[in-house]
Amino acid sequence: MQPQSVNISGIGKGFGADDVLKGIDLSIRPGEFLSLVGMSGCGKSTLLRIIAGLETADRGTISIGNRDVTEIDPADRNLAMVFQSYALYPHMTVRDNIATPLRMRRLPFFARLPLLGRVVAKAETLREIDASVRQAADVLQISHLLDRKPAQLSGGQRQRVALARALVRSPAAFLMDEPLSNLDAKLRAHMRGELSNLHDRLGATFIYVTHDQIEAMTMSDRIALMSEGRIEQLGTPDELYQAPATLTVARFIGTPSINLLPAEIDASSNIVLFSRKLGLQADGTSRGPATIGIRAEDIFPATDGIPARVLRTETQGADRFVTCQLVDDTSICLVMREKAGTTTGVDSEGLIRLGFSKTQIHLFGSDEKRCIVRQLEQVMA
Amino acid sequence: MFFVFPAVLLLLAIYIIPMIVLAAFSVTDYQLGALSTSFIGLENFRKAFADPVFMRALLNTVIYAVIVIPVGVFLALGIALLVYNRKRSRAFWEIAYFLPVTATLVAMATVFQFLLHPSLGPVNAAITWFGFEPVGFLSNPSLLIPTMAIIGIWQVLGFNMVLFLAGLTAISKDLHEAVRIDGAKNPVDRFLTVTWPMLGPTTMFVVVTTSISAFKVFETVAVLTKGRSGSEVLLYALYLEGFEYSNTGYAASLTLIFLAIVLILSIGQTLHMDRKVHY
Repeated sequence: MQPQSVNISGIGKGFGADDVLKGIDLSIRPGEFLSLVGMSGCGKSTLLRIIAGLETADRGTISIGNRDVTEIDPADRNLAMVFQSYALYPHMTVRDNIATPLRMRRLPFFARLPLLGRVVAKAETLREIDASVRQAADVLQISHLLDRKPAQLSGGQRQRVALARALVRSPAAFLMDEPLSNLDAKLRAHMRGELSNLHDRLGATFIYVTHDQIEAMTMSDRIALMSEGRIEQLGTPDELYQAPATLTVARFIGTPSINLLPAEIDASSNIVLFSRKLGLQADGTSRGPATIGIRAEDIFPATDGIPARVLRTETQGADRFVTCQLVDDTSICLVMREKAGTTTGVDSEGLIRLGFSKTQIHLFGSDEKRCIVRQLEQVMA
Repeated sequence: MFFVFPAVLLLLAIYIIPMIVLAAFSVTDYQLGALSTSFIGLENFRKAFADPVFMRALLNTVIYAVIVIPVGVFLALGIALLVYNRKRSRAFWEIAYFLPVTATLVAMATVFQFLLHPSLGPVNAAITWFGFEPVGFLSNPSLLIPTMAIIGIWQVLGFNMVLFLAGLTAISKDLHEAVRIDGAKNPVDRFLTVTWPMLGPTTMFVVVTTSISAFKVFETVAVLTKGRSGSEVLLYALYLEGFEYSNTGYAASLTLIFLAIVLILSIGQTLHMDRKVHY
């Protein structure tokens, strides 16, 4: 089956008095790997469940390809889903688990019944199903596990069985609900790579829900970052990292978290940080309190920088994260990322002066939206 | 070793020694209060299987169990499935079906006696209203065991339903959703693919406990028919021998037969179903 587009328009959903989804519009292209990412409770799982048909939306429509599926039974949407718990049928062998979606679709009702089914089912259909199961198992390298029960498998193997069950019938799109969160860190990193490869190989549409921004960043073609039932920003991983549209996006994406400094936009649009004009101007009409975001890698030791005290240094292998507390305003900590093994600018009393490149700052107005920053010709520091 | 002593002592005093005493009685012709007694080997057992009254009691008990076990289990499952999907009224149904479990069967038997009375009871009133002859539920010998069985089902239903409800609650929601996405559109497919297999351990437990309580049928017989011809059952026969006729030795051998049947049944079911049950 050709990969299909998934179009979501105006989806709203409330549980009781709370609106979990407040009008979501999203077009997922055929063959795209799209991640829905956000904090827990942001509505990403609910949105996925609405796409799957497990929940009904209060308003809005879902279409797959050119077909409106809003009112259609999950079984008829031709989607596959990988659950966080994998949801393997524990009483079935791996083979039967993978075969289930095919049995449900290709065998007539009486052939699916226990006992009677063995007599009624056409041998040819059963052979076809078995061949498809083998093929799916080969893709995920679990052919040697086909006769085991899920309880006899490791977490990573169960994950593969769940994937095999999803891909065995070439669905219109794959839905994944935090599929890697039950794996240990090393296996998770490995499976990220495998999932990406699988996506490239199948060319299928993937809709992937995660709260882990690293998973979203590493695998996705595009990310939809959700917060409080809305999509904050939709874009490629690079766009979200380099030009976060809102403060929420800036906070969510990136490890270590972005450094945020309280700043001000004065009446003539100058950006003021710690009562000093930075020689930058904000576009637009936003005035008053603002926030400057600076990524850890954009901070470096500078002789004329802001004085700070080093609180701790974490070596991450190639990089080193240095957490510093500002001397002037001790409520603010900054994290600097630098190459490990280099000498830092820390003096004998643990003090350092921090500078940053003015072209690399992110400015957010009082409405928490991104403001474009213009550099003035002359620095008026 | 020393620490297990109290437990061993209790085990001996409560279970092992009474069983040995029972076995000892069963090979004697001891009568309660008798001054002398003699060893008669397996004579009691031979006598039991040659005794037409005991054999009828055995057969009646089997018929009773054959009605109560499947109906008591599957009807309870059906009710549990219906009650499980109620949201607000669930608590009401749970209590309604569970009430018979808390009610004393002896007391409730008087209600059944009234309900099934040939001239006073509403059941027969309904039957005659439809133009049929009144049915002697508690007087026609061939209807006694089926009538007892219906009361027996009425009693186990609530307990079994609660057990099945617990089993249903334990099934992960993800599995129900996975099977829907995997293409199971009709409830029968969903039931056969997820619900029924996942209820395996519950079903096994329910079948075993229902079998045991079916073989222990006693109160209804004692109260409603007093073991009249047609309603002889194992425990009632045992009660008559042991307590009415004081044939302690003979009653002991009947008890052993009863225990053997229950044990074989429970172990047999457990072994048979264990292979199919997924935990």
